[in-house]
Amino acid sequence: MAPVTTEAIAVSNLSKSYATRDGGVTALDRTTFDVPEGEFVAVVGPSGCGKSTLLKILAGILPASAGEARLRGTLIDGPRRDIGVVFQSPVLFPWRTVLDNVLLPVDVQRLDRGRYARVGLDLLSLVGLRGFDHRYPWELSGGMQQRVAITRALVHDPAMLLMDEPFGALDAMTREHMNLELQRIWLERRKTVLFITHSIPEAVFLGDRVLVMTPRPGRLLDDVRVGLPRPRSLDVMNTPEFGRHVHHIRALFNVKGGVDS
Amino acid sequence: MRWTGRNLGLTLLLFALTIAVWEAVVRILQIPIFILPAPTQVGMALYRGLASGLYVEHLKYTLLETLLGFIVGSALGFFLGTAVAMNRYVEFFFYPYIIMFQSLPKVALAPLIVVWFGLGLTSKVINAALIAFFPLLVNTMVGLKSADEDRVSLMRSLAASERQIFWMLRLPNALPFVMAGLDVAMIFALIGAIVAEFVGAQRGLGMLIQSMNFNMDVSGQFSILLILSLVGLLLNRIITLIRRRVMFWDPSEKDLLEPATDDVAAARVGRGLPAEAKEGVTP
Ligand SMILES: Nc1ncnc2c1ncn2[C@@H]1O[C@H](COP(=O)(O)OP(=O)(O)OP(=O)(O)O)[C@@H](O)[C@H]1O
Ligand SMILES: [Mg+2]
Repeated sequence: MAPVTTEAIAVSNLSKSYATRDGGVTALDRTTFDVPEGEFVAVVGPSGCGKSTLLKILAGILPASAGEARLRGTLIDGPRRDIGVVFQSPVLFPWRTVLDNVLLPVDVQRLDRGRYARVGLDLLSLVGLRGFDHRYPWELSGGMQQRVAITRALVHDPAMLLMDEPFGALDAMTREHMNLELQRIWLERRKTVLFITHSIPEAVFLGDRVLVMTPRPGRLLDDVRVGLPRPRSLDVMNTPEFGRHVHHIRALFNVKGGVDS
Repeated sequence: MRWTGRNLGLTLLLFALTIAVWEAVVRILQIPIFILPAPTQVGMALYRGLASGLYVEHLKYTLLETLLGFIVGSALGFFLGTAVAMNRYVEFFFYPYIIMFQSLPKVALAPLIVVWFGLGLTSKVINAALIAFFPLLVNTMVGLKSADEDRVSLMRSLAASERQIFWMLRLPNALPFVMAGLDVAMIFALIGAIVAEFVGAQRGLGMLIQSMNFNMDVSGQFSILLILSLVGLLLNRIITLIRRRVMFWDPSEKDLLEPATDDVAAARVGRGLPAEAKEGVTP
């Protein structure tokens, strides 16, 4: 692999084993893929196949066991400031207001709070939370909290977003709404996104590509290019092309015996 | 339960009834005053003590011992708890002693402390501090270590230093635990001061109880018990007020009934958890 690539994410032969009492668990097994700058990549796979593990390695909070991962050409050797991470739960701090939660990366990275407060407020209205900046997390619904988490990941304008099942805990209606909003934000800001999900339709709806992983140990099973035009409306889910992609991916899981969607 | 007018009325009625029954029983059964005094006799003792200024003088002294002991003990408990929670070496060397002392009833040390530090203020403050120390130590430790794994991961993903994780996450996260510790430490400090006064003192309400006991002045003892329980209530109230200010974000401090998120539940558990942590801590 060339030391410098133009890819935003370059993963090659990446493996991760966790040490456990009875030997070890291989969570991720020689996974290789690239993501070009500005692309929206969805990752689907059965539970326990190592999706979160992959994300934590890319976020620099978990060392890989073998292989290598590069972000924008540089080897990952710790957390970086040009990525934003959204976890499955909102992970807000109850003692911070909505705006202060959004500004957490700004505080940690000691950036100019005054300047970024305006950025934060703009982003909050972008996700439909105008006027909620002085509320506390417990005054918000689950979907609103998750939007705060997304805003927090965007506030320091990272080049890359890593999202681990961010809408997993939401009901179907809120979830579709959030999908639309995420697409809108992405169309406006064009960041590289790695989006992990359990839901095959969600992956096809959001992704330029869908990476399909095998059950544990996780490996890349297929790399599906979704050519549906943007912006996609919810109606796109009724098109034959959408159905074909969903069917194809689901069939892959059925062959491998790990269905989960 | 809310303090509606009706509730308040019922409470007062019940209280009056209890006092009346007590008075009646003492009079009808002619229980001697050195066994159980009637409420009227306790009231008279209280009036005499207060009017002569005797109680106030000793109360001031006991309060001073209690507050000094509370401040010294809880500050030390907080700092050592922080050191133990944040540093593996400190934990390794201190933990055995902490375990050993935790199961020891600290009041049993009072006689020794009075021998070592004399009949004056110092021995009372030290005894109060010693007892107030442990709830803070244990709760600070538990609180700092209980920071949610996901929140730590989030901070790490932002490239936060350990220092930043401590100040921005662990410390605020530990506050509910620390406040619960202070709650207990306050009452423990009062216990510590009184017990040390029992053992040997020249002033203080504990010393007063002791000397009244020699004189078989049971009414007087009752009247001081009354003062002490009021003092305990007052001290507790002060901590509650401080807690409300410090934990402004916690909706359960504002008497909201419906928690909106699991964070609230966590904060509630947070307050329940220290209670568990407290269990091993004896005065
Ligand atoms: N800290 C750990 N120690 C040991 N094993 C772990 C650890 N974290 C994850 N694993 C194992 O690694 C495998 C992959 O875990 P991971 O969390 O990456 O799965 P996932 O694909 O995100 O699953 P899900 O879709 O349910 O979130 C699992 O089988 C899990 O048991
Ligand atoms: Mg996961």
